[in-house]
Amino acid sequence: MAVLLIAEHNNKELRPFTLNAATAASQIDSDVHAVIIGQNSADAAKQLSELPVVKKVLSVEGAHYENFTAENFAPVIIKLAESYSHIICSANTFGKNLMPRIAAHLDTSQVSDIIKVISPDTFLRPIYAGNAFATIKSNDAKKCVTIRPTSFDPCESTGGSAPIEKVDSSEEFSNTKFIKREEIKSDRPELGTARIVVSGGRGMQSGDNFKLITEIADKLGAAIGASRAAVDAGYISNDHQVGQTGKVVVPDLYIAVGISGAIQHLAGMKESKVIVAINKDGEAPIFSVADYGLEADLFEALPQFMEELNKLNTIQK
Amino acid sequence: MKILVAVKRVIDYNVQIRVKEDGTGVVTDNVKMSTNPPDDNAIEEAVKIKEAGKATEVVAVTVGEEKAQETVRKALAVGADRGIHVKVDGILEPLAVSKILQKIVDKEKPDLVFMGKQAIDDDCNQTGQMLSALLNWPQATFASKIDVKDNKLEVTREIDEGLETIEINVPAIVTCDLRLNEPRYASLPNIMKAKKKPIEEIAASDLGVDVSPRLEQLKVEEPPKRKAGIKVANVAELVQKLKNEAKVI
Repeated sequence: MAVLLIAEHNNKELRPFTLNAATAASQIDSDVHAVIIGQNSADAAKQLSELPVVKKVLSVEGAHYENFTAENFAPVIIKLAESYSHIICSANTFGKNLMPRIAAHLDTSQVSDIIKVISPDTFLRPIYAGNAFATIKSNDAKKCVTIRPTSFDPCESTGGSAPIEKVDSSEEFSNTKFIKREEIKSDRPELGTARIVVSGGRGMQSGDNFKLITEIADKLGAAIGASRAAVDAGYISNDHQVGQTGKVVVPDLYIAVGISGAIQHLAGMKESKVIVAINKDGEAPIFSVADYGLEADLFEALPQFMEELNKLNTIQK
Repeated sequence: MKILVAVKRVIDYNVQIRVKEDGTGVVTDNVKMSTNPPDDNAIEEAVKIKEAGKATEVVAVTVGEEKAQETVRKALAVGADRGIHVKVDGILEPLAVSKILQKIVDKEKPDLVFMGKQAIDDDCNQTGQMLSALLNWPQATFASKIDVKDNKLEVTREIDEGLETIEINVPAIVTCDLRLNEPRYASLPNIMKAKKKPIEEIAASDLGVDVSPRLEQLKVEEPPKRKAGIKVANVAELVQKLKNEAKVI
């Protein structure tokens, strides 16, 4: 039986992690079908059909799908599920919200946030904020699996030409009404996919002081992250949070500034290739995961960092 | 309005967990246990809604072994009116927990069910959504703000792109984010008073729910360790290392 990938998109284009989820799906079975549910999402459906790993696209259109409400999405997938062995989606807020609603209907025990496909029924997933890895075998006939996008490479995005098949929509769920979405627009790279992330913690002391981070991030072409403490304190908005309950990032370079390194923060960044910690407390746990640690007052170190960057002839982007 | 709040007992968030040498799980003997942090936010929110005169009763429920009752007792000490302990031993998957909670909802007929968005032990992030699926109720997950209106809730949800606001009709499920509120501490007099509040004990086997696991945990292991890094003396050295040694900028 084929596997069904649920595409994440914004009605205009695919969201980038759909490509990572497609890779995971193709590691389970080479016969990957992808469903896209939305309104006026034909362009995104076409993009999906161009992923070489996708063999067939199922497109479902309806006004009540415009805002990705799980209560409206789930019945569509449940109907399609009959023909598939696995349902796959990214373990970001879209997939976390949606997949359990599908799994419960199918009476399946979901496997969340996998980081490796060991075999079509066995997966590796982090537990306890990534402080242990569990190997899990699912004995359910149908498997609902969410994947940690940063643990799978994005698939090729061009070259495929899968057929696009229209599928009937399901009824609207009337007890949930979308009101608004406040997306923070930025010209910077997305936190989840950025090559470099510069993050600030409670040590930043105020939202204003985050401009020290912003400056460096702009110079490096980096995304801006934050610890939960910094978000809780109101220094920066929630979409920047890195950690167990925020985003998991795996950039080439992660610079942690004024972040002590609580277990729940480390869960979101400790797989980064190179980690830099700048903290005035030499005993801070963040130093235990840092490749390069600088024990210094960030209010002196950050302006110097900017100065040193300005001296460089070239900076990789 | 009646609010049911589900709480889970987990290893305390400050404990550095250790993997058992035989690979069967993590060490839980003699380890500090606490209520799952966002479940504390769920209790706090329910109690605040009651204090604002918008709810009449807050019932705390937990599903688990004997000692799980501590989490219900704690909920009673911060303002829940009464408790329910569904007793069951062994590993429970979120699907089994949501089926048990469905039975409790059938019995208690709450207007709202609150719980944390994720448990910090298995990090599954499933139970609330599964319960709303089984009940065919609306779900507001990852809530960072809740406004109670007549038979409706306006909920702000934390999503990857920022914030989303939805309106849901009761009965409904809300899963709570840590930013929803600041959970209060139990005062000593309230801890004493909580000892007199009733906790109903129910054997899971009496609910007629199949809780047998569908997943096999084949192995639990330590994640690969990072090799130790170095301390640099100053910013100039740091930038030089990043440029010439790590070659990342």
